[in-house]
Amino acid sequence: MTTIERPTAPQGPAATAATARPERPRRWWLLPTVLSVLAVLAVLVFGVLAPGGAQTGYRIAAPGDVNPGGIIPGDVPVPTRVAAIVLALLALAVAVLLWVRAAAGRMPGGRARITLLVLFGVLWVLSFLTWAYKGAVVDLGGLLQTMMLLAVPLAFGALSGVLSERAGVINIAIEGQLLFGAFGAVLVGSVTGSAWAGLLAAPVMALVIGALLALFAIGYQVQQIIVGVVLNVFAIGLTSFFFGTVMKQNPGLFNRPLRLPTIRIPLLADIPIVGRVLFEQTVLVYLMWIIVAALTVALFRTRWGLRVRAVGEHPRAADTVGIDVGRTRWSNVLLGSAVAGLGGATLTIGTGVAFGEEMSAGKGYIALAAMILGRYHPVGALLAALLFAFADALQLNLSSLPSGTGAGIPSQFLLMLPYIVTLFAVAGVVGRVRVPAADGVPYVKQ
Amino acid sequence: MKLELRGITKVFGTFVANDSIELVVEPGEIHSLLGENGAGKSTLMNVLYGLYRPDGGEILLDGRPARFGGPGDAMRAGIGMVHQHFMLVPPFTVAENVVLGHEPTSGGLLDLASARRTVREISSRFGFDLDPDAVVEDLPVGAQQRVEIIKALSRRAEVLVLDEPTAVLTPHETDELMDIMRQLRDEGTSIVFITHKLREVKAVSDRITVIRRGKVVGTADPSTDQTELASLMVGRAVELSLAKEPAAPGEIALSVRGLSLEDAAGTAVLDGVDLDVAEGEVLGVAGVQGNGQTELTEALLGLQKDVRGSVRLGGQELVGRSTRQILDAGVGFVPEDRTHDALVADFSVAENLVLDQHHRAPYGSGPVLHPAAIRERATREVGEYDVRTGSIDDPVSTLSGGNQQKVVMARALGRDLSLFIASQPTRGVDVGSIEFLHRRIIAERDKGTPVVIVSTELDEVIQLADRIAVMYRGAILGVVPADEDRDVLGLMMAGYTVEAAREAVAAGARTTDSQLVDEGEIA
Repeated sequence: MTTIERPTAPQGPAATAATARPERPRRWWLLPTVLSVLAVLAVLVFGVLAPGGAQTGYRIAAPGDVNPGGIIPGDVPVPTRVAAIVLALLALAVAVLLWVRAAAGRMPGGRARITLLVLFGVLWVLSFLTWAYKGAVVDLGGLLQTMMLLAVPLAFGALSGVLSERAGVINIAIEGQLLFGAFGAVLVGSVTGSAWAGLLAAPVMALVIGALLALFAIGYQVQQIIVGVVLNVFAIGLTSFFFGTVMKQNPGLFNRPLRLPTIRIPLLADIPIVGRVLFEQTVLVYLMWIIVAALTVALFRTRWGLRVRAVGEHPRAADTVGIDVGRTRWSNVLLGSAVAGLGGATLTIGTGVAFGEEMSAGKGYIALAAMILGRYHPVGALLAALLFAFADALQLNLSSLPSGTGAGIPSQFLLMLPYIVTLFAVAGVVGRVRVPAADGVPYVKQ
Repeated sequence: MKLELRGITKVFGTFVANDSIELVVEPGEIHSLLGENGAGKSTLMNVLYGLYRPDGGEILLDGRPARFGGPGDAMRAGIGMVHQHFMLVPPFTVAENVVLGHEPTSGGLLDLASARRTVREISSRFGFDLDPDAVVEDLPVGAQQRVEIIKALSRRAEVLVLDEPTAVLTPHETDELMDIMRQLRDEGTSIVFITHKLREVKAVSDRITVIRRGKVVGTADPSTDQTELASLMVGRAVELSLAKEPAAPGEIALSVRGLSLEDAAGTAVLDGVDLDVAEGEVLGVAGVQGNGQTELTEALLGLQKDVRGSVRLGGQELVGRSTRQILDAGVGFVPEDRTHDALVADFSVAENLVLDQHHRAPYGSGPVLHPAAIRERATREVGEYDVRTGSIDDPVSTLSGGNQQKVVMARALGRDLSLFIASQPTRGVDVGSIEFLHRRIIAERDKGTPVVIVSTELDEVIQLADRIAVMYRGAILGVVPADEDRDVLGLMMAGYTVEAAREAVAAGARTTDSQLVDEGEIA
């Protein structure tokens, strides 16, 4: 209870100066070291130790692209060894830059750090590609096309996670929601004979899982991870049962491979490399872009978003200002599951295949990893989904190289690739992720 | 607005938290609700704020009965509340926190510009100096409390409830808060001030209602004598000051040098702490909550990782040793949070009393426990410390806070010690038990044990300590004798060095407290 009556009383506590000295964080050396080791490995394995003399082609413009006068070259050949070494050395330069900055206690944070990491990643991957496609052609456009196809279900799943976990409910049940969505889309689509009806049915079907998750996690406050896992098992069991009985007996009526029409935007779709990826897709892909944009604005710029985030961070505080915590969580879990249902639809009617047993194949869990890597942000989640999908696309593409070309990586290693990328990414290459403080904590009103 | 509570009753199971409580708060008055921890003050206010539904009685606002289904209703009716544990979303900005729940929008989007304006407007009215775009978790506690006040005022609160608002403040911040309360009162806001600190009640209230065990036991005006208020609060005559002999310090037993520690983010939470404690003396560590006191005691006990520096107890180095080894070296420890760190709630009183000794004679050997010895000890300690429990086999969670604290103290003091460390030794303990526990601590000192007491209650530190060390941002700002001027200690808790604080006090910096003492208002 001190009143300083004289304004002349000494200002600025003397002892604070001592604590304010800049210091390097305890593990400042970790990230630069990891990157340097990776870059040096790239120089050695992809370059120095690789046999020389071969060439790697990069396909820039494909036949049919907008290419006035042929100014954009088709396939660009580069000498494999030299290109791999140059690219790896550039990556090493980025790592060295990080070393210098970190050693001075000025590790770039936030955007600058992520930009540097992405730059490193791109250079490293290009070095890898140059080596892996020795004597063959890297079809960049095709690779990206495959990536997009694989990324969409992951992105929808990750967005489902963002919606639910921002409000404080852990959503492990993405896997089950994807599966139900895929199942519902095919079932309703086949019976009605319209893929569009299937598109409507997918989110509705996934809502079942969402409602069960909300009921147990919010209503009965059951441990959320357990509920999620149980729901995934439930979804597998139920869909497998119907697949094995009804669908198998009469696939013509219940399990037809339908496909949503591809919507091509003229001219734009003919841009080299990215044209088809961005502008020749089914409605689901366009829907994904819209949802990412809308959700980003909604979460961070609207009243709804502020309330959702408050509920996920500090539900009691939200309650004391009159926000209904239970209702907010319920609606977000339901909304999230509907979004995941759309992701499920991409697995069947988005790609034109019939429903298959356990066809989500762990994509829900990868989507969860994408959500975490994307720091619970819609855009981040999308980028992470694209990253994982790229690794997967690469794996598919590499394993189909004609024999005699490529670096001859055993296919078992290639299959591991997406999961290795996931593991590294989530294990903290991008730093600490801030989880919503009340994520997974049931709110109990006294 | 005039607030009346009539016959408010709230029952939890068989426990009557509020027993037909009557309270009238006139418009533009500061009404203090005085009572011990657990007397039912917070329950009453949560009823008023719509967080609890009363089992009986009614709330009248300006003579009209009001019913609140939730905090939203209470807020709309003009009741604002500053909770003891702030209801702020840490990663949100000040402006976002203030408008949460009644956000201004324009064209469907949040109108943060108008939110910032609201914050600036109210903070300039009270001279708060708050940046609307500052992130709340980066603000000091005092500033966070102001955010709470702005939050209530921005909703046009006419009755403002402050629930134990001073627990987390420095003496200086407390004074500023009282100025704000007076200013609000003068503008016509009714204020309900909940506290158990007698000094503050006397300094700021217009009227006082005392609550004990869920019942109103009396009303008083601020001129009432402090001892009288205390006995009204406790229900019997109490001795507020502690009679103790001067210390007879022996040789330096505990010697801490350059003790440093960083948190996960790399910020220094302990910054080169140097301390000496002699045999037979109490060193009090004062400071506002969160200035490294918790980390200091935990570092001494070996509960913190990556501690740098040295802790020597009787010539033996403790840094780098395990907690078990440190306990075996004769260190007795009372952690600050008894429910989290000291007791296993579902274990019996007897089991909790031997938690740190269960592995050795006479309580256990090898893989087996010796229940007879454990029960014998429990019976003895329960008698000696007057622990009110049905049986020594009752789960410790069934005991009241004060009795739980007695169990923790009995466990720590129940053997020959080479060092006794107690953090918040009487937090949440009734005044009667405080007296007893304080006497036990002094008795331990008089046996020749070096004692370290950490408390955020300056009164407690002054009463117990022979010397006082003030902690600020992880460092020891200075060690002063126990009879140091209260004002100097207050300034040190706000970050002044000993010399700077003494100069300022000599130049006339005063606390409300010492002014009241001069005017003969309080003892």
